Amino acid sequence: MPDTDVRDRDRQVHGLDALELQPQRGANEVGPGDRARALWSATWPKLVAVVLVLAAWQAVVWSGWRTEFVFPGPDKVLPTLFAEVTTPEFWVAVQVTMRRALTGFALALAVGVVIGLAVSQFKPLRAAIGSLITGLQTMPSIVWFPFAMLLYGISESAIMFVIVLGAAPSIAGGLVSGIDYVPPTLLRAGQVMGLRGAQRYTLLVIPAALPMFVTGLKQGWAFAWRSLMAGELLVIINQQNSIGWALSQARQLNDADRLLSYIIIVLVVGIVIDVFFNWADRALRRRWGITA
Amino acid sequence: MTAITDTPPRTAAVDINDISKVFGHGGGAVTAIDGMSITVGTGEFLSIVGASGCGKSTLLSLVAGLDRPTTGTVDVWGHRVSMMFQEAALFPWLSVGANIEVPMKVNKVPRAERRARVGELLDLVRLTGFERKQPHELSGGMRQRVALARALAQDADVLLMDEPFGALDAMTRDILHDELERIWQEKGLTVLFVTHNVREAVRLGDRVVLLSSRPGRVISEFPVEGERPRRIDSAPIAAQAAAITDRLREEVSRHA
Repeated sequence: MPDTDVRDRDRQVHGLDALELQPQRGANEVGPGDRARALWSATWPKLVAVVLVLAAWQAVVWSGWRTEFVFPGPDKVLPTLFAEVTTPEFWVAVQVTMRRALTGFALALAVGVVIGLAVSQFKPLRAAIGSLITGLQTMPSIVWFPFAMLLYGISESAIMFVIVLGAAPSIAGGLVSGIDYVPPTLLRAGQVMGLRGAQRYTLLVIPAALPMFVTGLKQGWAFAWRSLMAGELLVIINQQNSIGWALSQARQLNDADRLLSYIIIVLVVGIVIDVFFNWADRALRRRWGITA
Repeated sequence: MTAITDTPPRTAAVDINDISKVFGHGGGAVTAIDGMSITVGTGEFLSIVGASGCGKSTLLSLVAGLDRPTTGTVDVWGHRVSMMFQEAALFPWLSVGANIEVPMKVNKVPRAERRARVGELLDLVRLTGFERKQPHELSGGMRQRVALARALAQDADVLLMDEPFGALDAMTRDILHDELERIWQEKGLTVLFVTHNVREAVRLGDRVVLLSSRPGRVISEFPVEGERPRRIDSAPIAAQAAAITDRLREEVSRHA
């Protein structure tokens, strides 16, 4: 081939590549102003939502539906909330609850992954317990508590037992469907490249199943958190401080300000964890190139 | 280089000896391939054309060793075989560079060497500097070139291609024909290239094998005349393609 021909082809290939790649719209020109604007446009709807909720809440209080003694307005509750979060007892309670949440979730994760892998590997097992997993997911976890307390007594183990029963099916389910829906073209490509045994899992199946697995984790977390809150209200262990215990204490003392403060805290913890999972989910999707 | 059509017979890289492949049993059995024999010389570019149901994907699976023939034998004489599909089938969670590394990880190539090879292979497919891109950031043609680099990273000298350019636009396909021809010559590869597109088959092949459908058998073989590099729109290519297309149409009408 003459040299000019080679150079021509080179130019053709690079020209076509340049045309086919999407122009990067100002990707290099993100200034601090742009970032602040992006942050603001993500934040203001949430601020509006908070204001709306507070306004509706205050409106109900002003309507005189219940006395302020049992249904105080934000003007009472918010100062109590701020006072509460500055006490060491509050942080002890949060610490105890979050430790239980994380331990329970970790246990559920381990159990869910083992069951998920087993079910996706062995056909008879899938036939036997595949639908059981779906069934368990629909069960309100609170119905397990009487049985859990019978098994483990009034102990943290009883709470863990229910968290695992609540969260593990979602985690296992996410893993199973993630593995089931690995695109066949990728499996074929892997086969051609000689991916076998453990490598087939570490290099192909597990990463391919990750987005659905994360969805399962997110759902599993939601179940774990609900089970834990139910557990802390029902299974009160030696007056040990926790968010659930603080809630039931506040009710017994008819301390509506504190009661509502802790409800807000439960909500906030839920939202924070949800934001984390959504962030993980989005990061994965962006990397996989499946952003809508 | 090599691969001029009138060179003496080369040693065989792939021997397909009287194979048949039957799927299923009893009344529901389907014969995909029946009594097919093809010999592919080392360094040869063999195009395989056929209508739907000619068992071409089955044939490639048998050569790749992913499946066994019902009768007959397939010999690749110790050559390493890799394969490309119509979809690039890159792993979307890995960067371009990491995708090319996958077969080298399977072959336990040390990390430093893998990095160096990725650079060389990207240069070869003219994607220098795209190492850190994610597959979804690339165009279809670029993804196929990454898939080619990944196939070559397997250190294979026999490359099976199952309609690799079928999903690309004509312009991109033309340019990739040039690219594939260049890389095949540089690397001295043996290529089995399956396609529906007769012109593409003639543009690329040293020889075109025409298959019948249901079951797949070899109807005839056509040596391709013409100096390389060829152009798909040149008169000799068009004339040879027309002759093969006529034969293919005959075969298709047989099923009416």
